[in-house]
Amino acid sequence: MKPLLFILLLVISINSHAVDSRQLSDPKQQESYETLTKELRCLVCQNQTIADSNAELASDLRRQVYEMLQQGKSEQEIIRFMTYRYGEFVLYKPAFAGKTSLLWIAPVVFLFMGLMMVFFVIRRKRAAAKVQVDALEINTEKQKKVRNLLEKGELS
Amino acid sequence: MLKYIIPLLLFIILAVFLGLGLNLKPNDIPSPFINKPAPEFTAPKLNAPEEKLTPADLKGQVWLFNVWASWCVSCRAEHPILNQFAKQYAVVIIGLNYKDEPEDAKTWLKTLGNPYNVSIMDQDGRIGIDYGVYGVPETFVIDKKGLIRYKHTGPVSADDVQKIFLPLITKLEAES
Repeated sequence: MKPLLFILLLVISINSHAVDSRQLSDPKQQESYETLTKELRCLVCQNQTIADSNAELASDLRRQVYEMLQQGKSEQEIIRFMTYRYGEFVLYKPAFAGKTSLLWIAPVVFLFMGLMMVFFVIRRKRAAAKVQVDALEINTEKQKKVRNLLEKGELS
Repeated sequence: MLKYIIPLLLFIILAVFLGLGLNLKPNDIPSPFINKPAPEFTAPKLNAPEEKLTPADLKGQVWLFNVWASWCVSCRAEHPILNQFAKQYAVVIIGLNYKDEPEDAKTWLKTLGNPYNVSIMDQDGRIGIDYGVYGVPETFVIDKKGLIRYKHTGPVSADDVQKIFLPLITKLEAES
């Protein structure tokens, strides 16, 4: 019984969308609505999108997006409307510009730094391993010599 | 030697960033409105809904635009300071009663005092969106030409009045 209930709950939760039930008649506009509300930041709660947030301001901004789409405004126009009022901060995907370039470039730089580090660590480990192997070879040579000498001694 | 210097350097860099982070205010989002014209609105007055106010009515004077609501706790903290400010200095304060019930707002002004020359109503928060309001209270300073010159987020303190608002208003009054 319990697993069945669990599965049922899982199935229901797949279909549950965030706080909002607005539907636009045009599927393309509906798609715009969904992408836009997922790209705009809720300014009160800050680490949520306006699609996720239940805050009053987020719901007002969703209404704004909805109405502008109904009026036939494009995604760019809506994004411009929002940045004019709230600044770049409202965008989860800020435009690539002087101020935001660090945001965009930093991940690549860090990835590169990480790769360099891995490269150097591997190279150093390899070099160390080789030294050890060489040392080992020297040892076996010496052992051979010793054994030879010992064998000779036994013979005489 | 290098073995000790590198971690030390990394630590210093980290410490500097963390130190800077302590002084950041993540809630203080820079307003994109500075030196831009105050967005237009035509809004009913709280005490006389049949009368409307627009920013054009205030051209030629320096005014403060204070966003408030009776449900807002920090506004209650700010209120006595605005009362004092309005009483002591000849300053025009326009209130934007943001997403509030008119009755609640009127009661609030009656019990706590009214520092506003006029309060206008923004029940569905549209004027708020036009001004990029995201947290009440907020206070804008608008110059004689109708340009927004300063935005203060959060409650205004007595210190802010003396150190920020008064000098700025004096400066803006001197402009033609």
